[in-house]
Amino acid sequence: MGDTLQIKKQAKKYDVVIVGSGAGGGMSAYVLANAGLKVCLLEAGPDYDPATNSSQMKNPWESPRRGASTKFRPFGDFDGCYWGWEIDGEPYTHAPGTKWEWWRARMVGGRTNHWGRISLRFGPKDFKRKSIDGLGDDWPIGYEDVKPYYDKIDQLIGVFGSNEGLPNDPDGIFLPAPKPRLHELYIKKAAISGGVPVIPSRLSILTKQINKERGACFYCAQCGRSCKVYADFSSSSVLIKPAVATGNVDLITNAMAREVLTNKEGKATGISYVNKEDMQEYQVEGKVVILAASACESARLMLNSKSEQHPNGISNSSNVVGKYLHDSTGAAMGGVLPKLVGRKRYNEDGVGGMHVYSPWWLDNKKLDFPRGYHIEYWGGMSQPSYGFGFDMESQNGMFPINGKTKEAGGYGASLKEDVRYLFGSGVGMAGRGESIAVETNYCEIDPSVVDKYGIPVLRFNTKNSDYEIKQAKHMKETFREIMHNMGAVITWGDTDGPENDYGLANPGNIIHEAGTIRMGNDPKKSALNKWSQAHDCKNLFNVDGGQFVSQADKNITWTILALSMRTSEYIIDQLKKNNL
Amino acid sequence: MDRRKSIKTLLVGTAVASVLIESCDTSVKNNSAASSKGLNEEDRMAEEKIANKKLRDEIFFTPTEMATITILGDIIIPKDAVSGSASEAKVPEFIEFIVKDMPAHQTPMRGGLRWLEMISLKKFGNSFTAITEKQRIEIIDEIAYPKKAKASMKQGVAFFNLMRNLTTTGFYTSEMGVKDVGYMGNVPNQWNGVPDDVLKEHNLAYTERELKECVNYDTK
Repeated sequence: MGDTLQIKKQAKKYDVVIVGSGAGGGMSAYVLANAGLKVCLLEAGPDYDPATNSSQMKNPWESPRRGASTKFRPFGDFDGCYWGWEIDGEPYTHAPGTKWEWWRARMVGGRTNHWGRISLRFGPKDFKRKSIDGLGDDWPIGYEDVKPYYDKIDQLIGVFGSNEGLPNDPDGIFLPAPKPRLHELYIKKAAISGGVPVIPSRLSILTKQINKERGACFYCAQCGRSCKVYADFSSSSVLIKPAVATGNVDLITNAMAREVLTNKEGKATGISYVNKEDMQEYQVEGKVVILAASACESARLMLNSKSEQHPNGISNSSNVVGKYLHDSTGAAMGGVLPKLVGRKRYNEDGVGGMHVYSPWWLDNKKLDFPRGYHIEYWGGMSQPSYGFGFDMESQNGMFPINGKTKEAGGYGASLKEDVRYLFGSGVGMAGRGESIAVETNYCEIDPSVVDKYGIPVLRFNTKNSDYEIKQAKHMKETFREIMHNMGAVITWGDTDGPENDYGLANPGNIIHEAGTIRMGNDPKKSALNKWSQAHDCKNLFNVDGGQFVSQADKNITWTILALSMRTSEYIIDQLKKNNL
Repeated sequence: MDRRKSIKTLLVGTAVASVLIESCDTSVKNNSAASSKGLNEEDRMAEEKIANKKLRDEIFFTPTEMATITILGDIIIPKDAVSGSASEAKVPEFIEFIVKDMPAHQTPMRGGLRWLEMISLKKFGNSFTAITEKQRIEIIDEIAYPKKAKASMKQGVAFFNLMRNLTTTGFYTSEMGVKDVGYMGNVPNQWNGVPDDVLKEHNLAYTERELKECVNYDTK
């Protein structure tokens, strides 16, 4: 009794045990449960339902910190994601010189509760990059393999956008997009005049109602807080909730997976986990095990699952698990658009995020770096929160305020006039590009550090290459031109140079990590086959960002969802045929 | 349109509409400046609740420091024709909370207040809280304009920049400040594009394709 540790084995045997309830795990649970399979879904954080738990429609004064970030909510006090860059009792480490930043959500739905809803399909070229530029590797599948699943999730989940007939940004089954806001009309004009295309953004937000369970968007711009009427895509509301409603899913929250259990033949038999509430050890068994804990967390789980049959970690005879870790590149710039000062007030919240964006438009053959980036935009009259009105001394001396040039800084009624005058005149933009997945960027098990549950932690070892740095330099040049064409005054993001890699974000910072459990036809160079099925363990699957060979200049969530649906249908088929 | 009614109209046929109506009502009721009661406790993790309580139970600034913060706050954001002052918007209480929440502000604030106090003593032989309004402004004018401030006053400039930041952000994220700046969102609505008169004023127009393909709501 007392502190004596016991391993409790759950008597119920499942068809499938899934680790993680984000986009990948949520989609698997949804597809498998609807097919009648018995699913055990393990989530390392607490339960979360946006309908009750979201801070949507709160005013800034309702937060004692006025919406400022905390370690619990790095994207602000109202944000819909529990935890982020650090979690109490769950460290990770770095090899010397590495600056990798690792975002971890701990909650039902994972980070899909707060993500940007940017829902882009990969294009045909994105699966075959090595054939085009000789770098990285081709995927074992192509756009034609994934297209039917993109089509299905467009309809199941809902996404707005426009069909443009672009060669590598495929059309979809779109809901109508919202019209551009005022600053977006200016951006569009300025960008197009410089040869940068601007088209309606593609976000998984319901501009029209698609079923009775979910409402339509009412334009509060707060998707990041998660939506109480389920008008945007979160795994918690759109997948987990209906999956649990089938009666076929046992959702176990606060369950931190420790390792994949195996039998003498090396097949996966289930998962061993810690219950964070009673701190006891549990085991749950299933015919199939699906890892969807996030690219790095799933790799960690595999590397920590060592046995006689899998001495290098489960299904890691190739030694690639943890390697080829890569994130999107990122760089940004912003300022003030004098055409917008002293503007008329009206509600321009719109959806949560941009109404327009720029897909990649150039030919790398004419550039000094491989792969492309897309551009995201923001600006205008948004809800004030902590940080609003900061650094007035670096702004109010730069423009005449109501016709009068003032000394920078100041106070009093004059300062209040400045704040009102400048409100809603800000514009900004950020590039999100494709980095090259290389073997030498990896995460591995730190040989000497464990978390509070005694689970060995990850150590990161990554470095940006010239490819990524040159891409960031190009982003900055493009942004400068757009800002200039618009007549905007750049107030930040324009002082970068070779000394800081042109403002290139630290890898990990963009939160699109992928590649650590990549798929491929050659079991010596990949951990999974083209069905996201482990080469060395046929009843083990990975459906998060881990399986990605490369990640395009497209946010990866829509492809995670499509691949997870595809793999889940494959599992149903293979179970029927007794192949697993 | 009435807030409650407008939400109901927009969310007809949605199973979870009542949840949102409830949440909007709560947000109208809870408007005290630095209180954390308004926060949706449902939306706080267990770890957050503990951390927030600990912050609420601590006191950082001394009564004299708070008095100085209040005076400075009202110099930075005074009452004017449009809105009230920093102290009316409970900005000092916000500053007390935020320096506890963000310990990086603690030394610059404490040290900056002491720096100000020493200048006041040297210059006018009294505490900043005890000198005249005119004398206060004399000191402030030496630290409020970074570009023309004397080199010997740079520490004061850094402190005043921080104080200006925290006061301005505290005020403009209060109910009074949000109204002052004219932010009109955070209300359920249907985005139909930039209003026509604004488009005209800016000499901009939607393309035919945007008008045809983008989502349109009948406003008649």
